[in-house]
Amino acid sequence: MDFKDSDTIPGPRTEDRLPQTAQAAVKIVIVGGFGVGKTTMVGSVSEIRPLTTEETMTQAGIGVDDNFGSDTKTATTVAMDFGRISITEKLVLYLFGTPGQERFWFLWNGLFEGALGAVVLIDTRRLEVSFDVIGRLEERGVPFVVAVNSFPDAPRYPIEELRQALDLPPEIPIVECDARRRASSRDTLMTLMRFLHSLAMTGALT
Amino acid sequence: MTPPQRQRRYPKPPPAPRQPLKEGERRNPERMFVVGGDGGARADLDLVTLIVASADPPPSATPEQTALLRLCTAPLSVAELSAYLNLPFSVVTVVLTEMLADELVEAHKPLVRQSVADRSLLEAVMHGLQRL
Repeated sequence: MDFKDSDTIPGPRTEDRLPQTAQAAVKIVIVGGFGVGKTTMVGSVSEIRPLTTEETMTQAGIGVDDNFGSDTKTATTVAMDFGRISITEKLVLYLFGTPGQERFWFLWNGLFEGALGAVVLIDTRRLEVSFDVIGRLEERGVPFVVAVNSFPDAPRYPIEELRQALDLPPEIPIVECDARRRASSRDTLMTLMRFLHSLAMTGALT
Repeated sequence: MTPPQRQRRYPKPPPAPRQPLKEGERRNPERMFVVGGDGGARADLDLVTLIVASADPPPSATPEQTALLRLCTAPLSVAELSAYLNLPFSVVTVVLTEMLADELVEAHKPLVRQSVADRSLLEAVMHGLQRL
């Protein structure tokens, strides 16, 4: 693709355009460690080819400033893949795949707070990488479900053993999924939606 | 038989100074961030705020504004604008803040999780997912 001429700025393909009636959007965040299948899950249910948005986060005052007087700052670029599902002609759902081990994500204003909820995608070969993100979601009161992306060579644990290892209360759903399959990824999102709905019914959503 | 030949390396020459442009000639812009406005408050824009153009690009429009207006003739989220324009999210929000003030675009706020749960919204999303 060529950026040299301003007439060729890439945009959505005709079939990727939203109807003029689209009025509002909601978002769900899929969070998990590197290589756990977040982008795969986004791609398997998205109606558009997954896109990437990025943000530059500048950190000031980390560690000892050994470059006193200079203008250097630590800048980190974080990128996140996302997809889209049209719910009705007025409502659009966006899915963001976010690396959970990056604490920068929690500096992205409203990424989690504005979301309907989150899916924590875990790999049983590296369960511990999900510990931190689960804690952060709990701290912020973001409702979430846990989905075990079933890799063929990964150890399989009974759900209750996982629940114990992750120290999750009994009401938080834990499901197995195959992020490559559309139906399986959709069912995982449905599990989250049913969970959110049950929270709404009991008035526990704060 | 000829042995493989190493390519000798040389120190990179310093970049040639730019030639002044001739009359009417246009230089291709490098990736650039135009940070407009007065550095003041930014519009409250979410990744999934939907943006739709409400005017044609005025003659005074910057290249970013023109590109953005072309993209959002149909509604598009700020995240999609960031992706298609290959600009960081915060840069897009700066450009959009000015465009909102100039009424070149309209923004539709996202529906966020409320303290009073919106069950009908959750049900609408569930019905939409079931059709996938």
